[in-house]
Amino acid sequence: MAGTVIEIRDVTKRFLTPSGEVFTAIRDVTFTVEPGQFCAVVGPTGCGKSTTLSLVSGLDRPSSGTVSVDGREVDGITDGVGFMFQADALLPWKTVLQNVALGLIFRKVPKKEAVARARDWIRRVGLAGFEDRYPHQLSGGMRKRVAMAAAWITEPRVLLMDEPFGALDVQTKAIMSNELTGLWEQSRPSVLFITHDLEEAIALADRVVVMTSSPGAVKQVFDIDIPRPRSSVQEIRFGARFLELHHEIWATLRDEVEHAYARTAGAAA
Amino acid sequence: MSTVQDTVAVGRRKPDDRTRRAASAFRLRKLKVWGARAALAVLIIGGWQLFTSLGWVDKFFYAQPSGIWNRLWDYFENGTEFGSYPQQIETTMQEALYGFLIGTGVGVVMGIALGLNRFLAEVLDPFIKVVNAIPRIVLGAIFVVAFGVGITPKVLLAAVLVFFIVFFNAFQGVREVDRNVLNNAKVLGASRRHVIWHVTLPSAMTWIIASLHSAFGFAIVGAVVGEVLGAQHGLGLLIKSAQGNFDPDGVFANMFVIAALVLIVEFVIERVERRLLAWRPTTQAESVLV
Repeated sequence: MAGTVIEIRDVTKRFLTPSGEVFTAIRDVTFTVEPGQFCAVVGPTGCGKSTTLSLVSGLDRPSSGTVSVDGREVDGITDGVGFMFQADALLPWKTVLQNVALGLIFRKVPKKEAVARARDWIRRVGLAGFEDRYPHQLSGGMRKRVAMAAAWITEPRVLLMDEPFGALDVQTKAIMSNELTGLWEQSRPSVLFITHDLEEAIALADRVVVMTSSPGAVKQVFDIDIPRPRSSVQEIRFGARFLELHHEIWATLRDEVEHAYARTAGAAA
Repeated sequence: MSTVQDTVAVGRRKPDDRTRRAASAFRLRKLKVWGARAALAVLIIGGWQLFTSLGWVDKFFYAQPSGIWNRLWDYFENGTEFGSYPQQIETTMQEALYGFLIGTGVGVVMGIALGLNRFLAEVLDPFIKVVNAIPRIVLGAIFVVAFGVGITPKVLLAAVLVFFIVFFNAFQGVREVDRNVLNNAKVLGASRRHVIWHVTLPSAMTWIIASLHSAFGFAIVGAVVGEVLGAQHGLGLLIKSAQGNFDPDGVFANMFVIAALVLIVEFVIERVERRLLAWRPTTQAESVLV
């Protein structure tokens, strides 16, 4: 299924902290992910990137403003959304096969068909033979593959990824990024991809949104015009256009990172 | 033989050698542990026997292993003043098991129900704290008065003791569900029923099963204390009677029988736990010992 448009308009999200203060996570955030577009969001830690994702998925509601997917305002869990979490979010008491089939089981797909399709996806992410393992018996990279298969099996029109490869080592991360691009090019869902790795963002995305430090707001949006299909991250990062974009976006991002750093360092001192 | 062939041969043989050596070291270690355990047991029981025989320790107060053994033999051979010995064991086990099952069942259901209902949990919180602060053994006295000397008051006392342990664990287990796992299930399209069945219950299960270990011990405590307070059969009654007859051997004999029963049931519970929690990573201690 092809991707669908995500519109985030004037969205503000405030939380009540346990001490009773109001904390503004994001303020007046506005940006759009076009149908089938791969959009990366970069920004310093604590700039409300994850909050933005939870608003799109429907796990959380905005305090003001609107989030809409496919023209419909998000209200409850958004239909047709896949989510890859930063931390391990597999069900530890279920095997690889059961984990991958979960999205289909929840959608009342007959068990036999769900299992068959889960097996197919496990094969596609290169884990054939590991169907009956439990998550703790797999390496971090393998668990991410399971999470990827579990998210893709429902054929989402929107894929939300919250630093999915953040915890992986550099080599595994590179392999996973390539596999992600391969899958994405087959079915072209709209992707909202959060990362703090600017190289990863430019290499993967069509659009990079830079956010300011807290309260999070959109600082600038860059369109990445490196043609597709692209080669792997390791290769294109030496391309002239890549370096140019990297230089340009980093100049914008650096202020925010330094700003955020100064604040946390100041708080610590 | 040339050097190259040598290294190849050694290279092929070496890992085998190493595994064999590791295996034998492992066996040796296990043997040592069991040897030390046996030695310690002999030291304790032998010392006990020796000191009481020499009269350094008065066996009138502290019993004597040979006396305990003879008393046990006597129990099984000639029965007790309240009927055959197996019957006493059966009574106590019956009370403990019924209490265990009732306490666990009610504890699990209420713990999960309250864990899922935040409002109810907050309303009931102070009440539960008060009830939990009551020394529950005292309830046994009330149960005996209300329900007579049959097995009912013992079952109730055991159930009450078990209930609180299991209840708090089930409640906590529901509350400690991993946010990421929960959100993941929700985004994958889980309904509320799906979430409870696929996420909340399995997560709470870890806590509940862990609580069952100590829970059975408490069930036995409830049964035995109930019997001491007033009964017609049971190991607790035998202990009370032995105490009244100045028979420390009888007290210790029953005590060891109860300990053996608890160990047997705990062994069974551990088996069940291993089956139900097969998905859990083995802890470091387990993997070292296996």
